[in-house]
Amino acid sequence: MSALIEVENLTRVFDVSKPWLNRVIERLPKALLTAVSDVSFGIEENSVYALVGESGSGKSTIGKIIVGLVPPSSGKVEIDGVDLATEPEGARRAAVRENVQMIFQDPYASLNPRWKVRDIIAEPVSARGGDTEGLAERLLEQVGLSAQDAGKYPHEFSGGQRQRICIARALASNPRIIVCDEPTSALDVSVQSQVLNLMSDLREELGLTYLFISHDLTVVRHMADKVGVLYLGTLVEEAPRDTLYADPKHPYTQMLFEAAPRMDAFGRDIDPPKGEIPDAINPPPGCAFHPRCPIAVDRCRKERPRLREVGKTRVACHLAE
Amino acid sequence: MTTPVLSVRGMTVEIPTRRGVLRPVDNVSFDIAEGEILGVVGESGAGKSMTGNAVIGLLDPPARIVSGEVLLKGEAVHTAKGEKLRRIRGKRMGMIFQDPLTSLNPLLTVGEQLSETILEHLPVSQSEAEKRAIAALDEVGIPAAAQRIDSYPHEFSGGMRQRVVIALALCAEPDLVIADEPTTALDVSVQAQIIALLKRLCRDKGVAVMLVTHDMGVIAEAADRVAVMYAGRMAELGPVREVLTRARHPYTAGLMGSTPLASQGQKRLRQIPGAMPRLEHLPDGCAFHPRCDRAEARCRQNPAPDLTACEGRAACWFPLPAQSEKEEVSA
Amino acid sequence: MAETDMPSDAPIRPPSRIKRAWESDLAWSFRHTPVAMISAFVVTLLVLAALLAPLIAPHNPFDPATLNLMNGFTPPGEANAFTGDSFLMGTDDQGRDVFSTILYGMRISLFVGFSAVLLALVIGVVLGLLAGYLGGWTETIIMRVADVQLTFPAILVAMLIFGIAKGITPPEYRDQMAIWVLILAIGLSDWVQFARVVRGATLVEKSREYVQAARLIGRSPFSIMIRHILPNVLNPVLVIATISLALAIIAEATLSFLGVGAPPTKPSLGTLIRIGQEFMFSGEWWILFFPALTLLALALSINLLGDWLRDALNPKLR
Repeated sequence: MSALIEVENLTRVFDVSKPWLNRVIERLPKALLTAVSDVSFGIEENSVYALVGESGSGKSTIGKIIVGLVPPSSGKVEIDGVDLATEPEGARRAAVRENVQMIFQDPYASLNPRWKVRDIIAEPVSARGGDTEGLAERLLEQVGLSAQDAGKYPHEFSGGQRQRICIARALASNPRIIVCDEPTSALDVSVQSQVLNLMSDLREELGLTYLFISHDLTVVRHMADKVGVLYLGTLVEEAPRDTLYADPKHPYTQMLFEAAPRMDAFGRDIDPPKGEIPDAINPPPGCAFHPRCPIAVDRCRKERPRLREVGKTRVACHLAE
Repeated sequence: MTTPVLSVRGMTVEIPTRRGVLRPVDNVSFDIAEGEILGVVGESGAGKSMTGNAVIGLLDPPARIVSGEVLLKGEAVHTAKGEKLRRIRGKRMGMIFQDPLTSLNPLLTVGEQLSETILEHLPVSQSEAEKRAIAALDEVGIPAAAQRIDSYPHEFSGGMRQRVVIALALCAEPDLVIADEPTTALDVSVQAQIIALLKRLCRDKGVAVMLVTHDMGVIAEAADRVAVMYAGRMAELGPVREVLTRARHPYTAGLMGSTPLASQGQKRLRQIPGAMPRLEHLPDGCAFHPRCDRAEARCRQNPAPDLTACEGRAACWFPLPAQSEKEEVSA
Repeated sequence: MAETDMPSDAPIRPPSRIKRAWESDLAWSFRHTPVAMISAFVVTLLVLAALLAPLIAPHNPFDPATLNLMNGFTPPGEANAFTGDSFLMGTDDQGRDVFSTILYGMRISLFVGFSAVLLALVIGVVLGLLAGYLGGWTETIIMRVADVQLTFPAILVAMLIFGIAKGITPPEYRDQMAIWVLILAIGLSDWVQFARVVRGATLVEKSREYVQAARLIGRSPFSIMIRHILPNVLNPVLVIATISLALAIIAEATLSFLGVGAPPTKPSLGTLIRIGQEFMFSGEWWILFFPALTLLALALSINLLGDWLRDALNPKLR
């Protein structure tokens, strides 16, 4: 079965050097940050693929590359067989673009405060000169708000309602794929469940495909069909949800599961994980996780592990089995 | 029973605005004993941070405590002003904020900030203060503390910086520490480190901790008792295990039920309808009644009963029944 | 999916535009700041007086037919020894009514001020948006030019521009062109602060997610700048425009005072002050005093209004 989204050897390097003049005067080398390093995965139609990782893992960058906000340094993203970065035909590019939308983390910053909700929601269509008659009203009702809300401004809504408006805007161009970048991490727990339920309902009704980016393991467990774990820009493990949560193979995934606060762990005294995420500008050689890894051997310090299949899991660790 | 370290009695905070007087904290009472961690949990707008700020005297005017009292080891601190307030705040209460970068002075080394605080509040010499500063950094798990003492805040990573903030909050040997979302800005793996550190230090030093957070998981792991706040009022207060596993207040029950963990394996998450009301538009009666499935006429007319006055732990007219011990064992 | 965050089905009629404006935070703050209300009153009064000068002024100071040289140097309120005419603020050496010249002078001062600020605003906002949104070389060039210009006092830049413009206009048009040259000079010397503030605000807005959402939709950079970013950076622009207006009026007065501004045939407040100071020490104080007082009142109240606006629009101080 061929995937709807195919990500191949995706790499993105950011130039985070100081300005040219400072570099010359202070004799600094160029500082390059590898946010995404040789990542490959595929997303099946009408499934939820989750990317989890901590800060600096490159999960948001991958999302932005897929929607086309950030160009890749190398590698490619094919959506429905079309590579946005190289596709020469404008019409096909536009068609793919319409098919991919995004929901952002901060529902307060992602709506223009000077625009009415009606114009915000209809913008993906009106920007192309399409017919927007009644569109916003219909979408508002679809996401559980009222059609009368169309004439209001964003500041009149609570965080959860704003996220519903963002979802309505994402749906305006009838997309097939929605990239959700931490869609509920700015929301309160009781509101989070409303938004997650809405997203599940919409997926079923409209046959949507989600790329779900999150750091919250419990939310991912609820939403995802397949999960990819990122560490410092590399995909370290990928497995179907139940397999991953039942039997995490990579030491980093294990550490993450162990460290996540648990609702049933009253007064538990865990041995907290060692160390912190290293600087992505000068990542450790070999396996990036080896300085924090409890089972690292000499090979891990020298040779970067490649993804290999162990059962249903793909894992990048020399020692996993 | 010994006097609790912190005793808050009927504290009410009001903010006069042009649209009327807002009451972000309404008649809140709780105690924290020596070495105890009280988790204060609630969603945004619940008044949990405002409660912490009111206790330590950091309310931004025009917000002020209009009634009730705050007693630190039996001594009233809500009436303290000027120099006295400053002494209490620096010496006897410490504060840990969410963002470690903004709570440290970027222009001073961490050593200078630590020894300055120690000198200010403890009768020690300069060299002794420096020694204590190194010991404090060592204690919070900063490697090579003697060398790092001359580093500036920006030279530390996020997790290490929060450790410095904890060292700073604890270096004057306070009775009470208020930690306001201390791990929210941190990654999961670092968060676990900071929680473990906070727990260990408070237990060892016998410091009372008020841990303000929205994260139920953090509360479950760190707190001894938990206070659940809703719309400025205390909804439920009790031992953490009991409140989280056998909630009596419908709001607590809804909050626990709506976490993805609780609905594991189910297709849809349980949800509480609606959102926390804004302070300007608090409903009549119990503030939770529009979202509550147990609400009856009484809840719409009368404000929720006072937590201290009602039997049980929940400020609710119709609390969920207490489950029997047997059920607990089978669960 | 039936639940909403708040019951939003109740059909609530939105209040009318005027009512909303009256109840807005800005209007509320205005009504509760006496300084702002007094300043606004003074500014309105002066602007109205200037606009309605032909109706209010007892004389037309620029119509030689109505002037009587015999009326020269009449002190304010007193009757002239020869003609028996009396003037509210006295007359100047040529017998022109000072009150009338002030009204007409204010017209020129305000016109130059408004036009210069408008010019500076347009240039500054456009360049600021481009620098902030496009970044890279565009930003470097625009902001370095701005930095260089800031190293000269604005009045010097204005004099330079004025000199160049004067040099290239034919002599017979000089008096007619003087006003326009003045506007150009002040406007070009004042765009930098608009550009800097707009660039800063643009950088903040650019990083917000609603701009990313617009990019995702496929809007062009130009359309994003105009439709999304511009409306969100206008608050600080409004504040600066107000304070700049006061500065531009003073700059115009300074230039005119130095004799490089409005010609004596079309005197602005600055020109009047220059004329008046010649008689300062010979006892005819009113020729200087009343124009200077008007300039002070105008600039001060506009400035106070700007200060209030800055505080009222700043969410941190609210």
